[in-house]
Amino acid sequence: MTIEVIGAIATAICLLVGAGFTLVGTIGLVKFNDSMTRLHAPTKVGTVGVGALLLASMLYSLTYNYGSAHEILIMAFLFVTAPISANFIAKVNIHRRSCETPPEPPKDDTWGTLNVPDADKAVSNPVNATQS
Amino acid sequence: MSFASDFLNIALVIAFVSVAVSQVLSMVRLVIGPDTGTRILALDTMVVNAIGLIVLLGISQGSNIYFEVAMIIAMLGFVSTVAYARFILRGDIIE
Repeated sequence: MTIEVIGAIATAICLLVGAGFTLVGTIGLVKFNDSMTRLHAPTKVGTVGVGALLLASMLYSLTYNYGSAHEILIMAFLFVTAPISANFIAKVNIHRRSCETPPEPPKDDTWGTLNVPDADKAVSNPVNATQS
Repeated sequence: MSFASDFLNIALVIAFVSVAVSQVLSMVRLVIGPDTGTRILALDTMVVNAIGLIVLLGISQGSNIYFEVAMIIAMLGFVSTVAYARFILRGDIIE
């Protein structure tokens, strides 16, 4: 077991893990039937799938030619921006009323960005609060 | 050594095929998607799959020059997703 054999096998395992997560996440994107449920599956493509592929690229370059760790930049960028874009898409779903009715939140009367709860109306719009 | 390189080649082919099939499946969801949020999500998934395909191309050619391509596509994909969602939410991108 030289270092090249170990590096090649680790690269192949990372490739298989990334490819499997990518395929499963996209099958979930096609097969789920609610828009909020569909939002759940492809986030795994964005984190674990592409993360494992980039890790495989790093292991390959460490094994066969000079090592490069530049893929950490792409990985960090994707891991930072994936929750932000998922949050924006969830806001779009709430705004277009395209999801099924979300479950009742435990304390307030609203989940989303559209209605202001009664406790916050005096803070967000003090003029109407003093008139009413 | 030959077992390891054969395993690596087979895994590379499997990864190419499954990421390409994922690209086609997310394009199917982009076409048949019933609402706007699903279409934005399918476009985001297609961008992420394109990054995966470019990384696989860099592995299979053994070159290091595809890193900048993947980086720029990642940045453009995030910005375009946020711009689409912002346009649907506010009716304008920069107000």
